[in-house]
Amino acid sequence: MAEAAHIEVRDLTMAYGDFVVQTGIEFSVKQGDVFVIMGGNGCGKTTLMRALIGLQRPAAGTVRYDGEDFWSVAPEDQERMKRRLGIMFQGGALWSSLTLAENVALPLAEYTGLPPGRIAEIVSFKLALVGLAGFEDFYPSELSGGMKKRAGLARAMALDPDILIIDEPSSGLDPLTARRLDDLILELRDSLGATIIVISHDLASILAIGSDSIYLDADTHTMIPTGNPQQALLHGDPRVRHFLTRGAA
Amino acid sequence: MTKAVESSAAGEAGQKLETRRVDDGLLVALSGRWCLDQTLPSREIVERELSAVVRRLTFDATALADWDSGLLTFLAGVLKACAARGVAVDQDGLPEGIRRLLSMAFAVPEQKVALRAAAGQSLLARVGAATLDLIRGAPAMLGFLGEITLSFLRLSSGRARFRASDMWLEIEQVGPRTLPIVSVISFLVGLILAYLGADQLKLVGAQIFIADLVAIGMVREVGALMTGIIIAGRTGAAFAAQLGTMQVNEEIDALRTLGIPPVDFLVLPRMLALMLMVPLLTLYSGFVGMLAGLLVSITIFDISFFEYYNETLRALELKHFWVGLSKGTVYGAMVAFAGCLRGMQCGRSAEAVGEAATSAVVTAILLITIAASVMTIVYYQLDI
Repeated sequence: MAEAAHIEVRDLTMAYGDFVVQTGIEFSVKQGDVFVIMGGNGCGKTTLMRALIGLQRPAAGTVRYDGEDFWSVAPEDQERMKRRLGIMFQGGALWSSLTLAENVALPLAEYTGLPPGRIAEIVSFKLALVGLAGFEDFYPSELSGGMKKRAGLARAMALDPDILIIDEPSSGLDPLTARRLDDLILELRDSLGATIIVISHDLASILAIGSDSIYLDADTHTMIPTGNPQQALLHGDPRVRHFLTRGAA
Repeated sequence: MTKAVESSAAGEAGQKLETRRVDDGLLVALSGRWCLDQTLPSREIVERELSAVVRRLTFDATALADWDSGLLTFLAGVLKACAARGVAVDQDGLPEGIRRLLSMAFAVPEQKVALRAAAGQSLLARVGAATLDLIRGAPAMLGFLGEITLSFLRLSSGRARFRASDMWLEIEQVGPRTLPIVSVISFLVGLILAYLGADQLKLVGAQIFIADLVAIGMVREVGALMTGIIIAGRTGAAFAAQLGTMQVNEEIDALRTLGIPPVDFLVLPRMLALMLMVPLLTLYSGFVGMLAGLLVSITIFDISFFEYYNETLRALELKHFWVGLSKGTVYGAMVAFAGCLRGMQCGRSAEAVGEAATSAVVTAILLITIAASVMTIVYYQLDI
């Protein structure tokens, strides 16, 4: 893969008008990490993701990719930085007027200049990786929710990004498909050296794949650094253990 | 005895593909950087070597540097070619990461699906398919009409389940918010009618009859037609998009599961709103059109205000208003019917919502035109 990805978030505040969703968010992600952002419903996980991927300007703070502050550079530099990111949205966010193959091919056609034959091979391989070999000509409306999600991951991987940001990978999937997706995420990290940020509240998935994590608290609107989720489950902050044990601890 | 046949291909950035035949085996040696941003060697080089003699394929990737999907797709192609020829593949020579990704890609067998109807059908086949679609669409349209009729019957017996607030909301959308566009269009159409009439009537020195032409034309026909078409574009499309989006979000399914007829809850308030407001807008449109005629007559054709006023009063009879109002009501119903029908028939994607909105406008304008023709003939025959 290309240069080492390194993400650093400092003193970030996310707000909608006067309503502060989260404040004082600080974390850094090393290359090859599977970094999990966890928290209950409405705690601001997706809002934080939108700040990381350039969809929503934070009220304060910085998001640095390899030392370059995303929100203070020129728009063309932001575009260049965005191309390093592969993003899988919660519901897949596939373009409904395009087939699966066209969905995955679009970023390749836009940014690589590869001949159509090569693009078709890459598209088929990416779809096969997420278990959707043979579904190239299907439209998103013909797929189940879980298939859309997996196709969304195939599209996110289209350009071999060195940072993958994945919103709720396993919610809405059956346990076996969820496990397969978790395995794929780890595989992408191990094989391609990708850095992965996962936004999730799925406990099994968090514990299976997370190497580092933060917990966003919806009540205090602040974060708790939690480190390795497995360790957090045993020795973490009581609020985090309460979350990770489904209220048992 | 070992017989070695070698061939090699090199790319621009040091990536190299070498094949070496050893007895019944083929060794594929990969070296250098295999990434998508370079021109990579073609896998056909390997495929050419996969002759009947080759039984086993092995890899040597000790000199492989950087790699990405470029190498993975190359290898996936090679593996497929080997599988097709019954050649055993030993992946031990490949880096572990590549082996694992390849095994994931081949873990789920390719879905064999029926080939879709070819896009390149003949013109005749497409015309046939379109005609069949049209014919199949007719029962759906009649079925929907039946549902609406039943819904109106429930309304008349006080059993229809809808929220009056929804209807008032629609009335606000269709009524006051449509006034500006109806005003502008009606004024301009009145103006055109006056000019058109004046041009012909001055030949016989009868310019005063501009008032008759504009008054009867606007009140009986043009006011309703213009309003109908404006409402079709503005409100019919909105109805289809609203109901279509509700279809996508499974909101209509949720109503059904609760036992609430979607036609009562969603279609009835929209239908009532349009059937109430379009006639009123038609009246308003006629009035604005007459004002435009007055303005043109006074300023351009030297007809005084009182002459024009008296001529208009003389020309207009109550029946003209009834004709205009009845047409407005029918056009309103047509627009609501087309918008709601297309919205309820909408598929479950963003594209389908767009198609529903477009189709609603086309259907509404078609229905309005048919209704206008039928009503004009009927009223003429009845001497109304």
